[in-house]
Amino acid sequence: MSALKIKKGSSKHSAYNLRSNFGEENETHTLAVLVDNEAGVLARVIGLFSGRGYNIDSLTVAEVDHHGHLSRITIVTTGTPQVIEQIKAQLGRIVPVHEVHDLTVEGSSVERELALLKVDGKGEKRVEALRLADIFRAHVVDSTLKSFVFQITGTPDKVDAFADLMRPLGLSEIARTGVAALSRGGTEQTD
Amino acid sequence: MTRLMSGAKMVVQALKDQGVDTVFGYPGGAVLPIYDEVFQQNDIRHILVRHEQGAVHAAEGYARSTGKPGVALVTSGPGATNAVTGLTDALMDSIPIIVLTGQVPTFMIGSDAFQEADTVGITRPCTKHNWLVKDTAELSGIIHQAFHVATAGRPGPVLVDIPKDVQFASAEYMTKNKVKTNHYQPRTKGDLDQITALVEALETAERPVFYTGGGVINSGTSASQLLRELVEATQFPITSTLMGLGAYPASGKNWLGMLGMHGLYEANLVMHDCDLMINIGARFDDRITGRLDAFSPNSRKAHIDIDPSSINKVIRVDIPIIGDIAHVLEDLLNIWKARGRKTNSAALKSWWSEIEEWKKVRCLDFKPSAKTIKPQHALMRLEELTKNRKDRFICTEVGQHQMWAAQYLGFEDPNHWMTSGGLGTMGYGFPASIGVQMAHPEALVINVAGEASWLMNMQEMGTAVQYRLPVKQFILNNERLGMVRQWQELLHGERYSHSWSEALPDFVKLAEAFGAKGILCKDPDDLDDAIMEMLAYDGPVIFDCLVEKHENCFPMIPSGEPHNKMLLGEATTKDAIGSSGAVMV
Repeated sequence: MSALKIKKGSSKHSAYNLRSNFGEENETHTLAVLVDNEAGVLARVIGLFSGRGYNIDSLTVAEVDHHGHLSRITIVTTGTPQVIEQIKAQLGRIVPVHEVHDLTVEGSSVERELALLKVDGKGEKRVEALRLADIFRAHVVDSTLKSFVFQITGTPDKVDAFADLMRPLGLSEIARTGVAALSRGGTEQTD
Repeated sequence: MTRLMSGAKMVVQALKDQGVDTVFGYPGGAVLPIYDEVFQQNDIRHILVRHEQGAVHAAEGYARSTGKPGVALVTSGPGATNAVTGLTDALMDSIPIIVLTGQVPTFMIGSDAFQEADTVGITRPCTKHNWLVKDTAELSGIIHQAFHVATAGRPGPVLVDIPKDVQFASAEYMTKNKVKTNHYQPRTKGDLDQITALVEALETAERPVFYTGGGVINSGTSASQLLRELVEATQFPITSTLMGLGAYPASGKNWLGMLGMHGLYEANLVMHDCDLMINIGARFDDRITGRLDAFSPNSRKAHIDIDPSSINKVIRVDIPIIGDIAHVLEDLLNIWKARGRKTNSAALKSWWSEIEEWKKVRCLDFKPSAKTIKPQHALMRLEELTKNRKDRFICTEVGQHQMWAAQYLGFEDPNHWMTSGGLGTMGYGFPASIGVQMAHPEALVINVAGEASWLMNMQEMGTAVQYRLPVKQFILNNERLGMVRQWQELLHGERYSHSWSEALPDFVKLAEAFGAKGILCKDPDDLDDAIMEMLAYDGPVIFDCLVEKHENCFPMIPSGEPHNKMLLGEATTKDAIGSSGAVMV
């Protein structure tokens, strides 16, 4: 059914898939939401989060099916299990939303983020920055005599770690894309 | 066959194709082309309201009393912003309405043009869905989709914003059946395993209760019919939210009355002490649950709802069933019958004898008066003198009178009770009564009002008189904002901050000024005659009933308290609301 061959998820039946009890502990979940790419759809999703007081830790959006005009929104959110269930049900209610997948509970998934970091420095610090970039498999995408721009991809944790190391070496600017995520393994053809 | 027509003509054609016979609206610059088309046809009746808020509430009244979607047509800018309260009201109470708004021409959008507002932006959180139409070729399809979205699944308000140049331009008209209603197809059949689990629970329950809500009414008359059959078959007690009154008849022998903050003692104690709660089309609203951690502590809970987001939103339930009430109840009855029609009748018998003890508290009793009209008494007389009219429709405003109407009037059928439940919109009732009367020209339509609420949309007297709508405005006039005053008494040390009116109009003269009839009644001895005079008059009436000024609405669950801590009368109210309850509304 899905144009993107995403494994069928639990969104339409979320109420049946509740865990035995509602914990009070916050959990972080990564949601993939497939929407019609029409005017205002992102505002509807963001408005839902702000209007009902939910958190957005990270959000990415781009059209992924140009023929079918479908966009994929990846949202990382934090809340109690009850809040997470409610977020999924509320997202499923938005008319242009086709599918809601909770990648955190639907088997394992891969998450990646891309970041660009500008590091200003001279001498030993500059050499150290290059050495660390090599360890993190970051690429130099721009350089002057006084600066580098590194491109790094990885999990948000890895990007955080790299940024922390670059800070004393002259980190002056950082741009991050937010998380993109896919479930691991092949796609089950459900229908 | 292709049919080329202007956008404005498409609007009227699409409404006709959707079976619309009445539109409530107010013209303005950005909808003039549509009004020009309305002028040149006779299939759709346009009702000129006096304020756009009135148009939307009238459309709500029309929708609630007919089960069909209501339609409102307003202009851009202030026309659209005035519609916002009605849209929010319809969203909270799941009422299907379609609001069509004019917009400045596409090439002027974003330029702060005269009467421009970001209508889809403003109404995004208060509609089920909305559309800004930028191309005439898409207009007819979007209007047909709008009707689908408003009525499918959990009903709600939708809005279509139509720029003026889109109304003038021409394109091909798409008929209703050619339009794809896209992927939005909410499921209506419930999961049979879950329904079977509920049947098993029904068979063994010792202290069960049906807790029903507006979802039963929205599901259609067959849902109410099936509910009655289910109650009759199982002999379980049944209570309902404010929104669900009429789904099960008030004269039915298993009826406990309304539950909740101002619900009946027996209904709330049944909810608190039950071992199986079957929620049918209600949403565990805070007016119902009271204190959450003490809400019905020892029950298993089943919840039937068409909206997955209603399940486990507030109260965790054991048996969730997502589906349309009528479908689910039909399956439920079939499975229950196939398994041998079992209930735990011995336990039910003792459950009922417990309930009979609670009923003896007679929680709706009040201190009668021979000198002043008690508001409860006024409603009891209204009930007595009108209850034989099968075509009686009751609307209300919001406040004490609304709760008293729910307590003292009996509702025998669905779709005969129109009130603003979720949003609590003062000013809802009068325009809603106009919508109801338009849909049911011969019926007796009464708006039970408080004077403060009624004044909020009193301009609609002009509409009632212009269209000769014999709506009866039954105003319980205590010269106070009664519910606010009651809370100030209970919660704020009897400091009555701005909760009374000093310059009220003479309602009889006001009625006459509009060309309607006014009746003043202040003596309990005159009440019956005055009500009969109101009923006999063929035209709109303002009935100014001067009632006891400081009467409080009981029973009452104070905020922050559970169901078994009800206040039954004045003597119990001292220090009733603790500091944690005081922050709640």
